[in-house]
Amino acid sequence: MKKPEVKCIVWDLDDTLWEGILLEVEDVKLNTELKEIIHTLDSRGILHSIASKNDYDTALTKLRDFGLEKYFLYPEINWNAKSESISNIQKNLNIAMESIMFIDDNPFERDEVRHTHPEVECIDAVKLNHLLKHPRLNPRFITKDSQSRRLMYLQDMERKKNEVEYQGPKAEFLALLNMRFSIGNALEEDLKRAEELTIRTHQLNTTGKTYDYEDLKNFVNSKKHKLLISDLKDKYGSHGKIGLALIEISKNFWHLKLFLMSCRVMSYGVGTAFLSYIMHEAKKEGKRLRVDFKPTDRNRMMYVTFKFANFKEIMADESGQMLLENELSSIQNIPPYIELIIQ
Amino acid sequence: MNPIDKIRFFIKENMAIINDDAILNDTDNIFEQGFVDSMFAMQLVNFVESEFDIKVENEDLDINNFNSVRNISLFIERKQHI
Repeated sequence: MKKPEVKCIVWDLDDTLWEGILLEVEDVKLNTELKEIIHTLDSRGILHSIASKNDYDTALTKLRDFGLEKYFLYPEINWNAKSESISNIQKNLNIAMESIMFIDDNPFERDEVRHTHPEVECIDAVKLNHLLKHPRLNPRFITKDSQSRRLMYLQDMERKKNEVEYQGPKAEFLALLNMRFSIGNALEEDLKRAEELTIRTHQLNTTGKTYDYEDLKNFVNSKKHKLLISDLKDKYGSHGKIGLALIEISKNFWHLKLFLMSCRVMSYGVGTAFLSYIMHEAKKEGKRLRVDFKPTDRNRMMYVTFKFANFKEIMADESGQMLLENELSSIQNIPPYIELIIQ
Repeated sequence: MNPIDKIRFFIKENMAIINDDAILNDTDNIFEQGFVDSMFAMQLVNFVESEFDIKVENEDLDINNFNSVRNISLFIERKQHI
């Protein structure tokens, strides 16, 4: 199977990002081409992090001097095994292991990572002149959301830090975020991002089926379909367009062919709010709600979401594909800490 | 802590409780006391599996097994006796 697009590159520092070993020679030389490469990949929406065996403060000061500090999310600069550092980065970013690429000059470190995480593509630091042409680093579209992805993750780091430090009840913390969640019909300008969402989203995704720009455009123009897209803003800024629902309309049913929510906003509760909104609307139209569900090794959380929203399984085939249905007799209300805006 | 208290404690710690006065009595419907979002739903299932050493199957994911402290504890008892 084709490997998915890379979401994050994890860099070694000594003799990879810079020439020399920081704890031996203080004035290590930055490989200037690499600065350019990192900047270009960042503008494509590819994230960067670090797994380096180094002194944290010394290395971070050096990165700041080079003007690179801001590019690296959840850097792991310590004396742990790099496989462990990569596990931490993967958990913090909440992305799949197979969407991580690791770059290191040291064959021992590459083997150590490969041994624990065979899904991670490991690249030798001397082979970087073609890096920008690497097929897994060239997304089909570069959207507004992909360009600002790093900033959105930085806001998320800030929010998580505040949540850990906050002592009061969870609902009180969520209320302080001042969340504004908007839902509207997708417009043509949203469709590149919508395609990107179908490709990049795995955990909160009902089917994992991808749709391209043309498919989505047909749904937007079809009278028998609704394509809803949602975005979230809070006091830290915008999370961008993060949710998508494709609904097929028939005489008695609204049928969710696809429902997804970016993993980045998993802890905000907006996926469930989005589903509640759709349930309320279907009920208003006098319809029942159905959903296609295809279990994968990653989307159990979505299955639990639908079951806890009172959907019942009415059909399943050998491939595991299911049809769930909801009579809409009871629907969870959208909580007061999420302001819902209908566009 | 007995299982009922463990379950109640877990819910109070992890669910976004909307009703400020919620005491979370054994039979209170948790879907009315708070907002059960995807993350909390998954955390609750994982908690029940790891804390009580049972496996929650797809067919067990019925809202009636999870909508109150008592129903969760009854569900766990049933699973432990299989």
